[in-house]
Amino acid sequence: MDHIEESVKAYILKEFLPGEDPAELTDGTPLVTGGILDSLATLKLVSFLEEQYGIAVQAHEADVEHLDTIRDIAALVRSKL
Amino acid sequence: MTSFLPLHELLDRTARRTPDAVAVEEPDGPQTTGGALTYRELAHLSDRLRDRLRQLGVKRGDRVGLYMRKSIDGIATIFGALKAGAAYVPVDPQAPAARNAYILNDCSVRVVVLERRFEAKWREALEPLGPIPETVLVDSAGGGRGLAAALDQSEAPRRVTAPSAASGPDDLAYILYTSGSTGKPKGVMLSHENALSYVDWCSEVFAPTDRDRFSSHAPFHFDLSILDIYVPLKHGATLVLVGEETGKEPARLADLLAERRLTVWYSAPSILSLLAQYGDLEKRDLSSLRLVLFAGEVFPVKHLRAVKSLVPRPRYFNLYGPTETNVCTYFEVPPTVPPERTEPYPIGKTCEQLQSRVVDADGRDVAADDEGELCIAGPNVMQGYWNLPDQTARCFLVDDAGRRWYRTGDVVRKDPAGDFVFLGRRDRMVKRRGYRVELGEIEAGLYRHPAIREAAVVAIPSEEGVRIRAFLSCREGQKPSLIQLKRFCAENLPLYMVPDTFDVVDTLPKTSTDKVDYQRLKERA
Repeated sequence: MDHIEESVKAYILKEFLPGEDPAELTDGTPLVTGGILDSLATLKLVSFLEEQYGIAVQAHEADVEHLDTIRDIAALVRSKL
Repeated sequence: MTSFLPLHELLDRTARRTPDAVAVEEPDGPQTTGGALTYRELAHLSDRLRDRLRQLGVKRGDRVGLYMRKSIDGIATIFGALKAGAAYVPVDPQAPAARNAYILNDCSVRVVVLERRFEAKWREALEPLGPIPETVLVDSAGGGRGLAAALDQSEAPRRVTAPSAASGPDDLAYILYTSGSTGKPKGVMLSHENALSYVDWCSEVFAPTDRDRFSSHAPFHFDLSILDIYVPLKHGATLVLVGEETGKEPARLADLLAERRLTVWYSAPSILSLLAQYGDLEKRDLSSLRLVLFAGEVFPVKHLRAVKSLVPRPRYFNLYGPTETNVCTYFEVPPTVPPERTEPYPIGKTCEQLQSRVVDADGRDVAADDEGELCIAGPNVMQGYWNLPDQTARCFLVDDAGRRWYRTGDVVRKDPAGDFVFLGRRDRMVKRRGYRVELGEIEAGLYRHPAIREAAVVAIPSEEGVRIRAFLSCREGQKPSLIQLKRFCAENLPLYMVPDTFDVVDTLPKTSTDKVDYQRLKERA
């Protein structure tokens, strides 16, 4: 089930890193602590996840612990499917 | 207007009147445990810090740094510093340690009240700059317990106490550092009188009572915090602190507004926009809210209309003013925002205790309805920038009578109703999420990257607020990836200064005098 990682990666590249070489963004790239996602971008990402996967992300989950890497994000989504 | 009192006396006076009323509440954060203090307890904790600061050598006229997460401990520190006769210098705990070390060194603080989690990086950043000041080290800020524990440890068996400083109107109360165009932040010096005249004006216009419950959304290094802190404490109301983490999460923020039954809300417009979009406001009971105040940037009408339709009952005020003047003009938004309106509301009329002029490039008054630069005089206006006499002189216009007028740099025009309308800036400063950002400071930050040869930054207005675009040229064969650039910026600039986009180009376009051609960059953006 790698396609969650794929589709989250595609979304982040399109929305927040337009023009970036896709090879630079790995499943372990720090997104929040690395300055790629600010607070508004995080909200947009959460809305995308909720819509795409039909899940509800709680306020306390929309934080650096759950969203800092594509790997973390995919794990959060999987835990709710 | 009340007669002059030092700011700390506002707290102590209320503490004598209603010692058992709750002065400040700090809700639990994602990683912190909050609490609440009564007026008596807050006055006592700040007295204890005052005595400790004096023991460490703080005297009237000194500076005390505040470097911790937003908390009751922070509020007590502010009053402890004022009571010792010092000006407090709050820094953004989330900003890079190097920036904070620069600030605290620049104004040579005598003592820093410091939370342990920030200590190592701060010391490391300070090492090359100069001597390390004394510290009051707080293990973990929250509920006032961290500060109390630090004082328990350091207090001598017999505490030497003396009355709080009898600060005068011109004594500095705080220094707030804002973005500087040369790449270094600059310190805006505000006196007790500067703050008190603003607080008294708020009393007149907003008629606070001891039943009010004020939000404190802005961090303490942001000038919106002056209203948040001093107005409720003057009137015996309760101040409800919003922590850094919660402040950016609309769902939590909306919960807090409803559950804590806030009556007065004050923040940058961008936070209200977020609340309207993501806060499920229609599901909350916000019936206690009577005032919504916003300041710091232009409020796009689309978002203001959305907020007002979700929360129609309170009165809405647009407060305008650079840090140098606290607030200097204000405008009450009419009850209904017409559906066809797209133009932002005016910044309004001059606060009653101040005077305003609109001048041309040569400093001459313009005709009544012409555009020009807004200048402000009166008791709110700062003394100057810390240690920058030339910059201070440049930002004041002195008239024939010797009166100092602060040049805001904002271009305005008076509309037919006599309200000022904000038209733009004279220079390269923009507002982002309420913060002042000098584009030159971002460029100076980018130049620190070893691979970057040239950097130029432009601001593009959009419906979501200002977007910052960076154009870069790089040394041969050293083009960093976008991800590397963003990470570099996150480590070297406050988050609100990180550009939204980066374009790497071969060379930047130049004018005939070989300066960066910003006009062409804006067209490209």
